[in-house]
Amino acid sequence: MNFFLDAIAWILDPANWVPGSQSPLPIGDRLVEHLIYSGVSLVIAMLIALPLGFYIGHTGHGRQFVIGFTGAMRALPTLGLLFFLTMVLRSGLSTTPAVLVGSVVAFVLLAIPSLLAGAYAGLESVSRESIDAARAIGMTEMQILRKVEIPLGLPVIIGGIRSATLQVIATVTIASYVGLGGLGRIISSGIGLNDYTVILGGALLVTVLALSVDGVFALLQRLTRTRGQTSRPLRSVQRNRSDAAVAPIVDERTPA
Amino acid sequence: MTSRARKTWLTACLLAVSTTVALAGCATADPTSSGGDAAEGDAIVVGSFAFPESEILGEIYAQALEAEGFDVSTKFNIGPRQQTIPALQDGSINLIPEYNGNLLAYYDTAYEERTTEDVDAALPDAVGADDLQVLDSAEAEDKDAYVVTKKTAEDNDLTAIGDLKALEPFSLASNPQFGELGYGIPGLRDVYGVGVEAGQVTFVPYEDFGGPDTVQALVDGTVQVADIYTTSPAIKSEDLVVLEDPENMISAQNVIPLLSKDIYTDKLAEVLNAISAKLTTDDLIDLRERVEGDEKASAATAAEEWLTTAGLLDK
Amino acid sequence: MNWIASNLGLIFDLTINHVRLAIIPIILGFLIAVPLGWVASRNRVARTFIITTGSLLYTIPSLPLFVILPVILGTRILDDTNLVVALTIYAVAIMLRSATDAFGSVDRSIIESAKAIGFSRSGRFWRVEFPLAGPVLIAGLRVVSVSTIALVSVGVIIGSENLGYLFQNGKQRGILEEVVVGIVMSLLIALVFDLILVAIGRVLMPWSRAAGVRGKSGDPTDPDPATDSVSTRRVLAPPGAGVR
Repeated sequence: MNFFLDAIAWILDPANWVPGSQSPLPIGDRLVEHLIYSGVSLVIAMLIALPLGFYIGHTGHGRQFVIGFTGAMRALPTLGLLFFLTMVLRSGLSTTPAVLVGSVVAFVLLAIPSLLAGAYAGLESVSRESIDAARAIGMTEMQILRKVEIPLGLPVIIGGIRSATLQVIATVTIASYVGLGGLGRIISSGIGLNDYTVILGGALLVTVLALSVDGVFALLQRLTRTRGQTSRPLRSVQRNRSDAAVAPIVDERTPA
Repeated sequence: MTSRARKTWLTACLLAVSTTVALAGCATADPTSSGGDAAEGDAIVVGSFAFPESEILGEIYAQALEAEGFDVSTKFNIGPRQQTIPALQDGSINLIPEYNGNLLAYYDTAYEERTTEDVDAALPDAVGADDLQVLDSAEAEDKDAYVVTKKTAEDNDLTAIGDLKALEPFSLASNPQFGELGYGIPGLRDVYGVGVEAGQVTFVPYEDFGGPDTVQALVDGTVQVADIYTTSPAIKSEDLVVLEDPENMISAQNVIPLLSKDIYTDKLAEVLNAISAKLTTDDLIDLRERVEGDEKASAATAAEEWLTTAGLLDK
Repeated sequence: MNWIASNLGLIFDLTINHVRLAIIPIILGFLIAVPLGWVASRNRVARTFIITTGSLLYTIPSLPLFVILPVILGTRILDDTNLVVALTIYAVAIMLRSATDAFGSVDRSIIESAKAIGFSRSGRFWRVEFPLAGPVLIAGLRVVSVSTIALVSVGVIIGSENLGYLFQNGKQRGILEEVVVGIVMSLLIALVFDLILVAIGRVLMPWSRAAGVRGKSGDPTDPDPATDSVSTRRVLAPPGAGVR
């Protein structure tokens, strides 16, 4: 318990926030770095994965491939990927750009699986009836995507973004071992100096950051839930029995 | 009924198989990571720091001892001293190739001794507190050094560490410990008066102990100064300049065996002291060149061949 | 290629150790999370508590946990136990969500019917709920498996002997093949484990093969309760399987 109190005291100590202090301080710089690396990587990953996920979710093409692919990408060892990318880039670029680009590529690769899964799962969770109705009244495919599927699938899509964000924040923490900054540098310096206060301080900072971001996304998910969607899962295990095609999907808790 | 019985049987089988695999995994666990400490029998566990040179030295110790009939296992790549000393303390390892100066610094950050003899004399008391002891040190030395590129040295007329004042403001790359060490950033400030004002020296931590990342950062100008160890092949291959240390801020750093007192035997000392008697700094440079340079020889191979050439391996 | 040829023994040893370090957390994670998930699916209060704990555990950064555990557990600094306990914690964190959703996805009416037919409590669990929750449990286990195997290599920073050594050593000596081999072997292990899990799923739950279960999330790392991903369906069913 003592350790925790010391770590919290360390975090709150204004001396550790003074700009220009020796690495790994100041805490503020590391925090900002962490946010920037995470944010940029996520935006890039979303630009790649979301459209792809929407396409797959809407058309149903490429399903099998994507599932296998995301599974394989989840299996990539973080440290190995980081080291590999930075080593390859170092032979062409100078250190700082090599480390930055290599790390961001690694973060993007690790964020894509969750984003993809969230995107196509979100679209698939939209009831077929709604989509058919939309088609029946004459909406084009793009309109259906934009006005029906994405809004209704938003909670799940955001769930994927939420999951990817946690993943990236955790990975940025390890990137200090290729020379990147961020909160990971506090942790690796602490480990190098066997200073538990610093290690715990860094860990607490990362955890609080992750939890805050997670909380924001949870809120977003709740806000984007439309009427007619419940917070309980659609209990559709039964649906696949051959007679289930006719069974209603309504959960007893769906508002009438 | 048959299919259910079959299924139950299959499940039981699968469970049995997985459990067996898991248990077998436990059973074949690395003997150094579970079970008793060094006190039982002659089992020697050789550790090393997390950089190639230390692994080579660890291999040299391990192979020499094994050839003399000792029961040896290895646990290399542990981390910095902040992890290896605790490992010695709790019995996870009981022998490790150390560097006398830095070892003394770990126990006494304000140590005054600088020469090999003085440092060696001060060590037994220092490490004795942890029930550890040292044997003879080797002539081979691997010191931290303040290193700049040839161009930087020429452009700024740099020959000694104190000259770095002319280079301010600059960035310096080294591993995290350097920010706190007596001959690191604090020493630079207190002994040589460089970086006295805040912000004049920017410390950039790298985690590779003067390895490729640090060297590259120096060479491509990301940092202007780096702490690169004196046996690094990069000093020659990248034409780097090692700044002189007239104030003797950086003490002797001879290779020396550090061991747990309970594994000491005269025979052990004989083997290890024989190695120390033969190991030179040039040997270290050559060994590192073989392992980290173009050849990419494994530490074990390089160690074996050195031992054979030195006549310490009668196979 | 040269490096690989002269270091086959090393690669093999590290791979075996890597597998050994990954298996226990996966199994333990499953064994711990399943009962907890069952409880969470039955009880609102327990659910909030358990899911929140799971999410919290998941946000703990790995390296500090590896380093701090010897202090908490009283283990020696280089013991594999530290890594295994930490990995188990993460496995449980991921699996909790899956387990909760798995049991939650079993239709109440089926359980009621089972009760009506006369199944005992344990009979209901073992012969009705657990099998029906199976597909989602296996899906969750597959994600746990993959994540655990990927995380083992980070342990090299605290001296663990696994494929992560290839990354660190390769970087320090500038041997790209070494790093690549580490990545490839790690992926291979993940693939083998995944195939084993799929096989276990097929053997134990042949009905899921036929219908393709539509149900809860194939992504248990997604912390949101409203997730209703259908990826589970394809996870177990062979391509082209439809409702028969």
